[in-house]
Formats: sequence, C-alpha cells, structure tokens
Amino acid sequence: METVINIGYLVAAVLFILGIKGMTKPKTAVRGNQMSATGMLVAIIAALLDNNVVSYEYIIIGVLIGGAIGAFIAKKVAMTDMPELVAALNGIGGGASLLVASANYLESQKLAEMGQFVPTYDWSIAVILSILIGAVTLTGSFIAVGKLKGKIGDAKQVRLFKWIVKLSLAALLAGAAYFAAVDPVNSDLLIAGLIILCLILGICLVMPIGGADMPVVVALLNSYSGLAGAAAGFVLGNNGLIITGSLVGASGIILTSIMCKAMNRSLTNVLFGGSMSESSGVSRSENDAFYEGKVKFSSADELAMLLDGAQNVVFVPGYGLAVAQAQHATRELAGMLEKQGAKVKYAIHPVAGRMPGHMNVLLAEAEVPYDQLVEMDAINPEFSQTDVAIVLGANDVVNPAAAEDPNSPIFGMPILDVHHAKTVVVVKRGLSPGFAGIPNELFIRDNSLMVAGDAKKVLQDTISALKDL
Amino acid sequence: MEMFILSLTIFVLAVFVGVEVINKVPPTLHTPLMSGTNAISGIVVVGAIISSGGSEHTTVLSTVLGVAAIALATINIVAGFMVTDRMLNMFKKK
Repeated sequence: METVINIGYLVAAVLFILGIKGMTKPKTAVRGNQMSATGMLVAIIAALLDNNVVSYEYIIIGVLIGGAIGAFIAKKVAMTDMPELVAALNGIGGGASLLVASANYLESQKLAEMGQFVPTYDWSIAVILSILIGAVTLTGSFIAVGKLKGKIGDAKQVRLFKWIVKLSLAALLAGAAYFAAVDPVNSDLLIAGLIILCLILGICLVMPIGGADMPVVVALLNSYSGLAGAAAGFVLGNNGLIITGSLVGASGIILTSIMCKAMNRSLTNVLFGGSMSESSGVSRSENDAFYEGKVKFSSADELAMLLDGAQNVVFVPGYGLAVAQAQHATRELAGMLEKQGAKVKYAIHPVAGRMPGHMNVLLAEAEVPYDQLVEMDAINPEFSQTDVAIVLGANDVVNPAAAEDPNSPIFGMPILDVHHAKTVVVVKRGLSPGFAGIPNELFIRDNSLMVAGDAKKVLQDTISALKDL
Repeated sequence: MEMFILSLTIFVLAVFVGVEVINKVPPTLHTPLMSGTNAISGIVVVGAIISSGGSEHTTVLSTVLGVAAIALATINIVAGFMVTDRMLNMFKKK
C-alpha cells in the first residue's frame, strides 16, 4: 500500500509540473490548470489511502467547509481585487502549514509516549522551520491585504519594527536551539510561545514596507506559502509535499525577482528600505511649483480630433485605469480606432497594476486580444513611430527622469519610453505624485497634453466626440 | 539523517525544475500563475488529512488542528483552481 501511495504522490507532482508547463501559452493554459487540479485529486486520494486514516467524518467536514468558502470566494471576487485574493490565499496556505506542523508535533508527542517515535535533530529543525514560515506567511499576508486595500497606511516607525524583528529573531533562535537540543517532545509551552513570536514577526516584517511595494511582497509571500508546504513535507517525511512546495517556492522567487528588476530595486531595499515616498518624496508645494503654468491642458474633444487622424496608437494603462474601471471604455475606443484603420497596441509595464500580470488580466476581462498586449522591451523601440500614446492612470513607469536624470531617485528604473511618441496624452485625475512621490517631467514636455479627469469618463466623452466627427 | 538528505536532494532538484518551467511562463499569465501555484500549495491538505484521520496516536487537539488545516487548505485549493480557470478562460476567448 505504501508503494501505491508514494506513486500517487509522484503522479501528482508530475501533473503539477505539466500543469505549470501548460501555463507557458495562453492556449494551453486552461488545460494546464485542469491537469494541476487532477494532480491535486490524485494526491488527496493517495492521502486518504494512508493507513493512519481510519475515519473519514472529520475529513469530510473540513473539506465541505473549506470547499464551500473557496467556491464562494472564487465566484464572487472582482478581477480588480485579484491581488488581495492571492495575498489572502497565500496567508491561508501558510496558516494550513502552521496547523499541520502543530498537529504533527502533538501526534509525535503521543507516539513518543507509546515508544514509537524518537525525535531527531532534523525533525526538530523541520518543525521549527515549518512553524516559522507558516506563521510569518499567515500574518504577513493579511497585513499585505490590509495595505493593498489601503486600510493599513505606510508605517512611520520603521526603526521600531526592525528592532522588534531583530529581537524576535534572536528569541526564536534561542528557543529553537533549546527545543532541538534539550527537549523536543515535552515543550508545549515553548512551541506555543514560538508560534506567537513568529506570528508577531510576520506582522513586523511587512508593516514597514511601503504600500507601493506590495506586488513584490505578494510574490515573495507566494514563495513562502510554497516553502511552508515544503517544510511541512520535511516534518512529515512526505516527498510529494516537498516537490510541490518547492515548485511553488521557485515560482514565487522568480516573480519576486522580476518585480524587483522592474522597479530597479534590490529585494533587501524593498524589504528593509521603508516606504519610497517617505525617503525621496517632494512636498505638495514643491510638486505644485514644478508643474505651475507648464502643463498644457486639453479636452476629450481635442483628444478625439487627434485620434481621428492617427495611424499608430498605443494605450499605456496603469493602476489608475483599474481604479476607474475604465478597461471596457478603453476597449471600445480601441475598437473604433481599429475600424478607422489605425493600429492599436497596449504597452504593459511589468509593474502595471498591483501584482505581476494584473493589468493583462484586467484587459483580458474587457476582451482585449492578448496579442495586442505588448511587453515593455518589445514596445519601447516602437514609440518613435507612434502617433498618439495615451497614458491612462500611470505615472512613475512613464517618468523620463528614470532614463535621463541621474539625480532622480528612480533613475535606472526601466520605463515605457512614451516621451518618444509624436504626441503623448496623459489622462489623469490630478497632478498628485505617483508611488515614488516625485513629480513627472513628462507632463510638462512639449509633446504632451493632459486631459484631467476620471479615465472612464474621459474615454467615454472621447468616444462620443469621435462619433460626432 | 539519511532520510533527511534524500528529502533535501529532492527539494533542491525540484526547485531547479520549478525555475526552468516557470521562467518560460509569459508575463501575460503571471497573475493566473500565482493563483494557480497558490492552489497547488494547498497540497498541505495531504498532511492535514493524515492528522485528522483518527488513528490512535492523535489527540483531541491534534484532530481539531487537523480539521482546521483541511478547511484552510481546501479553501486554497478550490478558490485557487476556480479563480485561475475563470481568468484563463478570459484569455482563451480570442
């Protein structure tokens, strides 16, 4: 039976790998996802065959509760809220790993009493690691959700949090050493204390990170949720868990590094550097002085006239587009321009939206064909042939200072070169600075026009103006 | 200790496989990739099932923790796969 079960886990792991492989193309992705789901089913059946499983009623209760909640969430969630959902699911996954490790600890205690279990160093280390990663992922993720929702602002006392982090890490090390070396099976209080400590650690690690950096944090916590599973696999000696957990861990780490590169910051800087606008931002009056009298304001009617003769149009969507729910209006305007014979593309910066690939999902929801979504490196050389570039609620990712001004705090960050287009139209609610907290030189350039207003309203006005032309 | 080294070997090799495969996923699909891997990390349900299966070395507390873990992991699995499917179908339409 043991052999059958282990082959089951192996089959599941292979299905997960093939499933992720399917995700490399939009066409095969749906099938890939179904393969992964099949893999999960195989793994669950294998687990049910385990000879430690003698009754099913509790298992069924757990599955029914979790399944109902999960299905409800998946049906209800709006695509704009995907970052919050993924962050919350990371936390839930971490929480599950924490609970599994704790339950296993209690069982091992009983087994040791029965003389069937002798704790080893690697088991003790795995239990501690599993608790640490699981607990940090749990609380860290929910702080990230709060920050994404804007309910938790940027922390002022960055130093205090760092101090707590250092202190709890030291306490954790001491506790772990005692646990592993002295008494691994009768340390209930110590384990409870360590769990609480790790939960606090999760909060204090994420609190000082700026809200603008949440995409990086969510990707990193994604990785942690996988590593938490792998750690639980070490505790249980289950290779299926280890393989799967490390796959997810690798995925999160890759996405984290892509996000960091796109923001031209190191991971340590994101995690421990505090909020960016806090350190480099300008005051409101400095911001106003920068723009004063230099921005050319325009209107939806003028935008329509401009677009009427344009051959190459590039939309540059930012998070402001998602906030204004303007995806559908964008798609409608793009459709009209295409009918007039213009070529329409969408330039997607890697950190557009609030998590990796978020903007693509939002535009796909509005039925924008994915082959029109062009990545930064591919679209940048094309801007010099672009007649009109329309920036919708994006700011820092189109700031030419990142490419041209070595004194700028964002210098070196890869940007979309919209300033090379013949005309740049910026649709934005106001002149407030973006996440980096600095003014944007693009808005005062000769080739740029600003249409102030909510992206959705401006686009709708432009559509009706175009119809009247 | 031998068991541990074997597990560690599997872990390290699996990380390399993961990096190879995931590097090929285009940025367009990064959000579904994250929600999909999220669902996959619900694999801890395996550990939770074994803990709440009611064999003789479980205690009341360990069973309660196990059931809670099953519920949490199932949320992850069901919500993760369903929402990923929802997103991917939007890409498929074209």
